[in-house]
Amino acid sequence: MVAPDLLQRGEASTRSGSALLRDLVRACLYQLRARPFFGVAAFIAVAFLLAAVFAPWVAPFEPTFQDANHLMAPPNAVHWFGTDSFGQDLLSRVIYGARYAFLIGFCSVAIGAMGGLAIGLAAGLRGGAVEWSLMRFVDAILALPSLIMAIAFISILGQGVDKVIYAVGFAMIGPFARTVRADVLQVRTRTFVEAAGLMGVDRLRIVWRHILPNVIFPLAVQATIRISEAILVSSGLSFLGLGVVPPTPDWGLMISEGRAFISFVPWISGVPGAALALLLIALSIVGDGIREQFDPKMRANR
Amino acid sequence: MTNQALPLFRLLDVEKIYRIDGGGWSRLGIGSRRQLAALDGIRLTVRTGDSVALVGESGSGKSTLLRVLLGLTASSNGRALYQGDDIETLADDKRRAFQRDVAMIYQDARGSLNPRLSVLDLIGEPLRQHGLCLAAELRDRVAVLLTRVGMSPDTADRYPSQLSGGQVRRVAIARALASQPKVIVADEAVSGLDVSTQAQLLNLLRGLQREMGLTLLFITHDLAVASYLCSRIAVMYLGRIVEAGPTKEVLRAPAHPYTRALLRASPRFFEPIAETLEGEIPSPIDLPAGCRFASRCPRVAPDCRQREPTLMTMRADRDVACLHPLFD
Amino acid sequence: MMHPVARQAEVAGSNVLSDRRDREPLLSLVDVSLARNGHSVLDRVSFAIERGETLGLVGESGAGKSTIALVAIGLLRPPAVTLDGRMQFAGHDDLLALPESAWAGLRGRRIAMIFQDPASALNPCFTVGRQLAGPLRRLLGLDRAAARRRAIELLESVGLNDAEARLAAFPHELSGGMQQRVMIAMALACNPELLLADEPTSALDVTIQAQIMQLILQQVRARNASCIFVLHDLALASQVCDRIVVLYAGQVVEAGPTEIVLRRPLHPYTNALRACVIELDTETLTPPDGGLPALGAMPPGCRFAPRCPSAKIACSLQTPPLRQLEGREIACWHPG
Repeated sequence: MVAPDLLQRGEASTRSGSALLRDLVRACLYQLRARPFFGVAAFIAVAFLLAAVFAPWVAPFEPTFQDANHLMAPPNAVHWFGTDSFGQDLLSRVIYGARYAFLIGFCSVAIGAMGGLAIGLAAGLRGGAVEWSLMRFVDAILALPSLIMAIAFISILGQGVDKVIYAVGFAMIGPFARTVRADVLQVRTRTFVEAAGLMGVDRLRIVWRHILPNVIFPLAVQATIRISEAILVSSGLSFLGLGVVPPTPDWGLMISEGRAFISFVPWISGVPGAALALLLIALSIVGDGIREQFDPKMRANR
Repeated sequence: MTNQALPLFRLLDVEKIYRIDGGGWSRLGIGSRRQLAALDGIRLTVRTGDSVALVGESGSGKSTLLRVLLGLTASSNGRALYQGDDIETLADDKRRAFQRDVAMIYQDARGSLNPRLSVLDLIGEPLRQHGLCLAAELRDRVAVLLTRVGMSPDTADRYPSQLSGGQVRRVAIARALASQPKVIVADEAVSGLDVSTQAQLLNLLRGLQREMGLTLLFITHDLAVASYLCSRIAVMYLGRIVEAGPTKEVLRAPAHPYTRALLRASPRFFEPIAETLEGEIPSPIDLPAGCRFASRCPRVAPDCRQREPTLMTMRADRDVACLHPLFD
Repeated sequence: MMHPVARQAEVAGSNVLSDRRDREPLLSLVDVSLARNGHSVLDRVSFAIERGETLGLVGESGAGKSTIALVAIGLLRPPAVTLDGRMQFAGHDDLLALPESAWAGLRGRRIAMIFQDPASALNPCFTVGRQLAGPLRRLLGLDRAAARRRAIELLESVGLNDAEARLAAFPHELSGGMQQRVMIAMALACNPELLLADEPTSALDVTIQAQIMQLILQQVRARNASCIFVLHDLALASQVCDRIVVLYAGQVVEAGPTEIVLRRPLHPYTNALRACVIELDTETLTPPDGGLPALGAMPPGCRFAPRCPSAKIACSLQTPPLRQLEGREIACWHPG
């Protein structure tokens, strides 16, 4: 059940520029009201984001500071979440880790969305042989799970935060390209595109003014949903020892480091694991809420 | 312009035939490929200042004819001319002129307006495209156009989704007028609306046509709308024009049985429902020989199933494609 | 609302029960109001329909015509909307308060509906036969073979030739007219006492419209059923309806026998509507300016006053009540 006043706003959401942001905020406010779960999830996601941004002020210790007196200490008054085998404060590392999680998540999704937009637009607008070969390329990317794709890219690029961003980003081009192409094909047949052509509006302008804005919006919604996937894949890479290099405070890496002590010092893996799970769940609930608001298919009952 | 004496539009025996697969087998060369004649031998002339109504039921080929006229669909046979030039192969400068001179109003007015553009941008687009005004004047020009179609200039900052069905149609009309066209082509521009909104729009269109000397090509299924707006009428059935002439005379004394059936079927106050035709428009695939209306014609004669009537001038200015027309 | 004489008769003996049922309207709405999100959509709508009668709800879109139809078949119910007033249907005193379980026994069986757009009312994934036989088996408890036989009978009765072959057809294989015939067959499957037809022909061509309207009338009359048409075409309404209810902004403004209301409209709005109808010999149209008021911004007093050519100041002060005048009911301070 979606409230009619919002249905109207939902319709108005098919607009450009700053209106987009305004609608997003409105949608969040509505979701907040309609479903308390969304509120909790949004709160958690925002808390993580703020912690990541203001990490140096929030975290009690440097992420790489080693407290030789408290090795593998259980949660206590000084180290709230305990310390790891090097005596590094887990809370601080989790907070700094959120920085990397968001950095990798946002940047790799941006790369994936940009690449997907380029390929999808080219395929959807050109058609013919260009479309065929581009889409077979995308099929090839999609044939492998994104984690495997990312591993393949890492093995070419090497390790490091920037490399992880590229690897995860490339791996995400496939799904983005698919949705963009589908949207382009659909928008292209809309009457207003034909009408613009009849008026003599040139092709480039039609793409820029009429097709692109109608493709960007669903793409943006897609992107918000895929951020959590990117974080998961990047953590997976680090867990496997293929992503960022120690002592970078990355959650995947931290989980991996604690693995050897899991039976008697469970918090070393447990704390970053819980942080990862919490953020991913929160992000998917937020993403679902946003999609529900803006996805035209789910708005069918308008 | 040197072509002033030439008719604006001229269709010479235009045909549009779609070939369709008879299912998977035909691709292997088994079974036959079938033909769908959406348009069959259309002859039509539209002169400057004319207002022509194209009338027919769905499936009569009105929309295909429109697409051929606008150069959106290539005809299979025959020629479609705009001021003496083939519409499909217009030279660049002539195409530009064609795009400015011929404006289209879609049936789905809302769909023809990009939902992400404001009314200002929508109406401003043809102005900018054809370099018809300076950027600084744009807002004023749009305001004038909006006022012309009976809307407040404040509407410029709104988006199509914030407008009602009638308002959206007005914006579409304003947009069509923006390029200062000679011809307005309208596809069911007033259908699917409330009677009051429809009446308002009809009055608007009639006023525009009279004051601006526009040529109007109006596609409709409603004979009353045709008679209100257009001086000439062409009735279509299954891809052919079956009757054409001055609207008032055609509707007063239709010569083709199909025109008469259409006329009697339209609802009239306090008269019993007249079920004038049996059955439905047949499929245009592989039509039988003879007159294509024969299967539903109440006056069908044996020769109707053998000879196909062609559109011939029967009386002054009255064209009919019927072997046994209803002239008294 | 029972007639006092009928009440006595009911006490006197059971053989007059049928007499009482004949005299009571089949469906009656008394001061039915409906609000959605705090906005009033229907405001004290009252009308009744007798057995064997056809009634037309006319007005501009947004006047509440379709809403009334949806309320009458129980598809628009709390909590989606808030309802107020009273709706009686043969044997049921208060339909508005009827629980959903009881509605299941009415909907489709005794009250049926034909929708505007048959293409979207039919499920594209199933054959016509399956969509027709399913409800027959469920509502009438027929077995597979009997349901099939009944489906063929129904399709033949609505004028679909080659009915047996049509059963295997998917909706998209049928033309709009045929789809609407199938919808009518489905609606008539259980011999309903009341048929609701929401713009049944607005998606169809005029020659097909005449066929479909004729078919509905003929089927309804053959069953002595009643039919409520929701129409925007006044000329068509004058052809098919015994009585007319003119709605404006959720209120009844004029109601009565078609001959009286449409031939000599007294309400300025009915007049205005008639002036909008375009006919072959129409020289000039004189439609009222503007449109319906927005749901949240109803004008005070008479809701038509801002568009009314003969409105006086008093019209915007007080809402005119529905009263009897020259053979009709009318809500106007200055009729004529």
